[in-house]
Amino acid sequence: MMLNVSDAAIAPMGAAETSQAVSGQWFRVREKLSRRARILFALASVLLPLSIWSAVSYVPFIWHPDVLISDPGDVDYFMPGMRVDKAMFATEIANAKTNGTTPPVGTPCNPVYLPAPGDVLMAFYISFTTPPQDQNGLWLHQSLCQSIQTIFWGFIISSIIGVPLGILCGAHSGMSRLVEPFVEFFRYLPAPAFSTLCVAVLGIYAGPKIAIIVIGTLFQQILIIANTTRKADFSLVEAALTLGTKNLRLLTKVVIPSVLPDLYRDQRVLLGWAWTYLIVAELVGATSGISLFITQQSRYQHFANVYAAIAMIGILGLGTDLILAALGRKLFPWDRAAAE
Amino acid sequence: MTDSCSYLDQSDAVKERLDRMKARDVILRVDQLSKTFPAGKSEVTALDKISFQTHRREFLCIIGPSGCGKSTLIRILAGLETGSSGRVLLDGHPVAGPGRERGMVFQGYTLFPWLTVRKNVMFGLRMNNVSRAEAGKQADEWLNLIGLEKFADYYPHQLSGGMKQRVAIIRALVNHPRILLMDEPFSALDAQTRARMQSYLLEIWKKVDITIIFITHDLDEAIFLADRILVLSAHPGRVQELIEVPLERPRRPEHFTAEEFAATKARLEALIHPPREEVEEESYPAVPLLTDVRDSVE
Repeated sequence: MMLNVSDAAIAPMGAAETSQAVSGQWFRVREKLSRRARILFALASVLLPLSIWSAVSYVPFIWHPDVLISDPGDVDYFMPGMRVDKAMFATEIANAKTNGTTPPVGTPCNPVYLPAPGDVLMAFYISFTTPPQDQNGLWLHQSLCQSIQTIFWGFIISSIIGVPLGILCGAHSGMSRLVEPFVEFFRYLPAPAFSTLCVAVLGIYAGPKIAIIVIGTLFQQILIIANTTRKADFSLVEAALTLGTKNLRLLTKVVIPSVLPDLYRDQRVLLGWAWTYLIVAELVGATSGISLFITQQSRYQHFANVYAAIAMIGILGLGTDLILAALGRKLFPWDRAAAE
Repeated sequence: MTDSCSYLDQSDAVKERLDRMKARDVILRVDQLSKTFPAGKSEVTALDKISFQTHRREFLCIIGPSGCGKSTLIRILAGLETGSSGRVLLDGHPVAGPGRERGMVFQGYTLFPWLTVRKNVMFGLRMNNVSRAEAGKQADEWLNLIGLEKFADYYPHQLSGGMKQRVAIIRALVNHPRILLMDEPFSALDAQTRARMQSYLLEIWKKVDITIIFITHDLDEAIFLADRILVLSAHPGRVQELIEVPLERPRRPEHFTAEEFAATKARLEALIHPPREEVEEESYPAVPLLTDVRDSVE
């Protein structure tokens, strides 16, 4: 009897609890977002870091550990435009007070290695419009062109070897046993370790740079492509077998088409990989391309220009990836539905 | 060879039709086929000396409890697996490996997602070096037959499950196989679509000179479709009985309520789910009662 009473009391409460649990959830796994929310989140992903950067640069009481001297006063080792430590500046003001000399004047500023977003934006414009300081130096766009060429040839050469080899490894067990152990070993060797060897063999110009990118990309590429090919739906292969498909046609007419969108996605990821080897590659032999621009500008302490160049690499990388993604949707109209 | 077993009087029309069928050529003959899988140091027998034969234009269903190896059996017939012993003869020749003369329809639709419906149907012809134009023409004819000509340029993902399976059936038939192997082809479909697909299949079968081996676990489906039903037992898979279905053709939905249908079903039920001889009280897992749990916690 007691049990019945408590049951009746619990039942409505329990029901209320469950309905609240469903509607009142603030964290949902893989919730569908509205179009507006998607755009909002994407914008925030760019604007959030940018606003932090702006805050640090433009709000004087956030960080600003240095002082930019505008008038050195009687301090003989200060110069206008010099950045000094806050503590040192305070000591010199105190010194000036006790000695009765003119105190230095300055405004709080950030270290030279953190330029403000505005400065970088200006530098972005200026670096494209100012002629090179060296007589036989390169414009920024020429440097970029050189870098893109290095990436392009490195990635093409790597793909010409890596994609067919990867597909063969993924489709044929014997091939996989033959190639993959060696590749597994090789991929742990850091590409920059081969830089002197590459220079010795290929000279100091484009050759060794392209080789570094190939070494950095190829071995990962073989394994990634092989793994993707192995994931080909085997039931499609069996269906093709019962339809009279034989030998290499199984590869060209079934296995490859079935994994083609995935291979395309892999290639996009690997192209990003190739970009990360670019700076190392360009420092090999005679420094060239965007790396030359960056090293020169940092030598002159033009850090705004350095950031502009780094941002340029990011923009180029993201840009190509977005274009390739859009192209992929055009090339494989059947793909997205198949992924569901 | 296992003899067909008749447990219910067949009407003269049915008997005559079955006799005519059995007088036709033997298309596929399975002779003492066994399959064992290694399991640790010992072996598990999946199929144990299976023997049966199918005649030209026969519709044979294979049913059995789960674990009877019916999928293994049909995969061996298709050549996707090999038997451990025994023979499979197609038109008197032993089969080795998969081939176009044995078409197969799988449970998953296995249409090629990157090809349009028409190109899916053309696939087998193209693989056998039929010219593109000729293959396209034949594909269109088959699509007409199943009423999907409007969907020729669609991709498989744009079709419903039933449509996909219809395309899969003609994709196999366009190759003019001697026999069509179907491995639970409709089990992924909902009940209404499945019923429609069964009628469709009989419709196609009537128009095409083809022998069909059809695996299912659905007794109604087997009775509705088959001329004869091969019943397998489990662990290991053995031929239990070969039943002749005492229903006339063409089959109609009314047959589901016929007396012969119920009798056949009862017989199949008895074979597949034999009445338990012992009361298995002892085999129930011991579930602790709530009071026991409280005791053990304290």
